[in-house]
Amino acid sequence: MSATFDKVADIIAETCDIPRENIKPESHAINDLEIDSLDFLDIAFAIDKTFGIKLPLEQWTQEVNDGKATTDQYFVLNNLSQQIDKLIAAKGA
Amino acid sequence: MRLEYFQMIDRIVALDVEARSIRSFCKVPERSTIFEGHFPGYPLLPGVLQIECMAQTAGWLVMARSGFDAMPFLAGVKDAKFRTAVVPGDEIEFEGRVVHEGSGFSVAECKGRRRGKVICETQVLYRIMPFPNPEFRQAILQRAAELDVSVKELSK
Repeated sequence: MSATFDKVADIIAETCDIPRENIKPESHAINDLEIDSLDFLDIAFAIDKTFGIKLPLEQWTQEVNDGKATTDQYFVLNNLSQQIDKLIAAKGA
Repeated sequence: MRLEYFQMIDRIVALDVEARSIRSFCKVPERSTIFEGHFPGYPLLPGVLQIECMAQTAGWLVMARSGFDAMPFLAGVKDAKFRTAVVPGDEIEFEGRVVHEGSGFSVAECKGRRRGKVICETQVLYRIMPFPNPEFRQAILQRAAELDVSVKELSK
């Protein structure tokens, strides 16, 4: 498990009052953890602050709505953590 | 302050888009049907309406930062505190500061002061959405002009 995943899982556990042990890398934030869009804004706020990035939620939503991406690509936590790592790397580039 | 119309703010007294800060002035009306129920013989401005004052104040800032291109909808309130009773005739200055601009949302910290002393505070989460129709945007621009917001300079 990556350090990014651990931080994201901690954020989700605290923000959504979900037991930390139920949050796994393969968990889907929406389908498995039942996080709704409003709670995800709180999570995005915390992720943005913690990592100093801006999760492109609007772009991701558009891509999903247009059929260019699946929600798995962005909302399975392992994938979300990888997206965060990419954003951190892009910021430092 | 026209409570029945939810026009909480009388005027914007300071707006600094770059610094992400805003201040507004509101005078609590002497009479309102709201005071008939809240409370009979002891009129108080409800705390939820103080939240609305703070949310509207920072909401104008959020809109100004978008060039009046999008509408902030109240999505969450955290850590709201009401430190004292607010009564008819009170003059209150509200201030807002955008502390984070995410993708499709913004977060602001707000306070209300009476004679310089903090009387209420909260953190507000806005979901940023396109205006639902041109008429609504036009009405918002008109209201902004009434509040002395420099719409021409700020709008896209």
